[in-house]
Amino acid sequence: MTNTVTPARNALELRNLNFFYGKFQGLKQVNMNIEERKVTAFIGPSGCGKSTLLRTLNRMYSLYPGQRAEGQINFYGQNILDDKQDINLLRARIGMVFQKPTPFPMSIYDNIAFGVKLYENLSSNDMDDRVEWALTKAALWNEVKDKLNQSGLSLSGGQQQRLCIARSVAVKPSVLLLDEPTSALDPISTGKVEELVHELKQDYTIAIVTHNMQQAARCSDYTAYMYLGELIEFGATEQIFFKPTKTETEDYITGRFG
Amino acid sequence: MELNQSLYRQRRWTNAIGLTLSMGSMALGLAVLLWILVVLFSNGVAALDWNMFTQSTPAPGTEGGGLANAIVGSLLMVGFSVLVSTPIGILAGVYLAEYGDQSKTAELTRFVTDIMLSAPSIVLGLFVYAIAVATVGTFSGWAGTLALSLIAVPVVVRTTENMLRLVPGSLREAAFALGAPRWKVATMVTLRAARSGVMTGLLLAVARISGETAPLLFTALNNQFFSTDMSRPMANLPVVIFQFAMSPYDNWIRLAWGGALLITLSVLVLNIVARVFLREKSAA
Repeated sequence: MTNTVTPARNALELRNLNFFYGKFQGLKQVNMNIEERKVTAFIGPSGCGKSTLLRTLNRMYSLYPGQRAEGQINFYGQNILDDKQDINLLRARIGMVFQKPTPFPMSIYDNIAFGVKLYENLSSNDMDDRVEWALTKAALWNEVKDKLNQSGLSLSGGQQQRLCIARSVAVKPSVLLLDEPTSALDPISTGKVEELVHELKQDYTIAIVTHNMQQAARCSDYTAYMYLGELIEFGATEQIFFKPTKTETEDYITGRFG
Repeated sequence: MELNQSLYRQRRWTNAIGLTLSMGSMALGLAVLLWILVVLFSNGVAALDWNMFTQSTPAPGTEGGGLANAIVGSLLMVGFSVLVSTPIGILAGVYLAEYGDQSKTAELTRFVTDIMLSAPSIVLGLFVYAIAVATVGTFSGWAGTLALSLIAVPVVVRTTENMLRLVPGSLREAAFALGAPRWKVATMVTLRAARSGVMTGLLLAVARISGETAPLLFTALNNQFFSTDMSRPMANLPVVIFQFAMSPYDNWIRLAWGGALLITLSVLVLNIVARVFLREKSAA
């Protein structure tokens, strides 16, 4: 066997990351690594900064004046907080799926093609293939293959969310950020999305914010527990859930499990 | 639970009084509207005949005649105003909602737009008279178009901005998250999501300007003859109604009623179409 074990690579390295909403500090001195092709989950009570952290990784916060980040986020060695970083290009490489499904007001096909067309010039055959590929990845192809021209808004909530995942996958990013992707979904759709996360980590680095600790335990390799803007504990998911080193982490986890 | 009888009675009384007052005002408003429509129809229907659409306005003292020149003039000026004010209004609305947001330029634009919205139309007419009639030396269809556009643009700007603001921020963020530049997000996603609302704004602007009289009095004036020359004085329904209604000739007065009915019906149709557009939006 020529199967060489490649050493773990970090897709993202956060160094002394601070984040401010105006005067309010949303993140305090966060240091951590997000490993390539692994699922990293962020848990913690509401307002702890986990979504804020996710939104710094694709610089979504740059849309809003008054929000700023300090420190470093190295994306394969390049600091994306640098002013010279092309933000649109960054977002094409670090995709994001939101809490609520947000299909664009266009056909299912165009929902997928929209992002692809931004950075690639595909023939219509290649585009058809890409749309099918992305929808298959998101486990939606069989349900929509006969109605690709229908509006994305005509799908059910769970299907819409998988459409949004397909849309992000279609542009072939290297990192996928999922911000509570199942909080608006029923248990069956949630199950499908979780299976999807498992599937997608073969090719993508995934960071997921979740309120649901079972979900973090089920589908992540690493877990970060945050509280009041600080990263309290970060480690392998098993270790965080079974042998947390900090009492705060243990309190949070056991409190919820009862 | 112990029911406090006096409090309960008091609440029922207040409710009854409030309901009576609001139903009364509604009845009053509806009654006036119905009254207007009844008078308009009873007088206007008599004037509705084929001649109204084929013949031009009659000379004083002659029999018959129609409104063909005024109808075509109104259509031309309103049409050109729509062509002018649609792109300006939508682009400005997009700027306010998607680009400017809180900037000083946007604040100023909003302020000016609001003033324009509430400015008396006769003032806009006088302004256009000063810059486009007095300087050129002749009343013209173009001057009328300009005056109507000045009224339509702020309506389109404000409705476009308001409709774009109704588009949830999450939809915008989702498009940005794919790496889309701002202009693509605005044109492909938010404007598309708000398109029925924006269309409604356009239709309401058309409805608004098709009945305006004051800005046309000083700009397009009127023309007794059929003309499609936009650089000459041009007939139009509102001014014809204004002049004919105050004339001593029976056939003129009859035509004024007919024209008034025609405008009212078109505005009614535009409003209904606008509502259908909005309903489609809420259904989607």
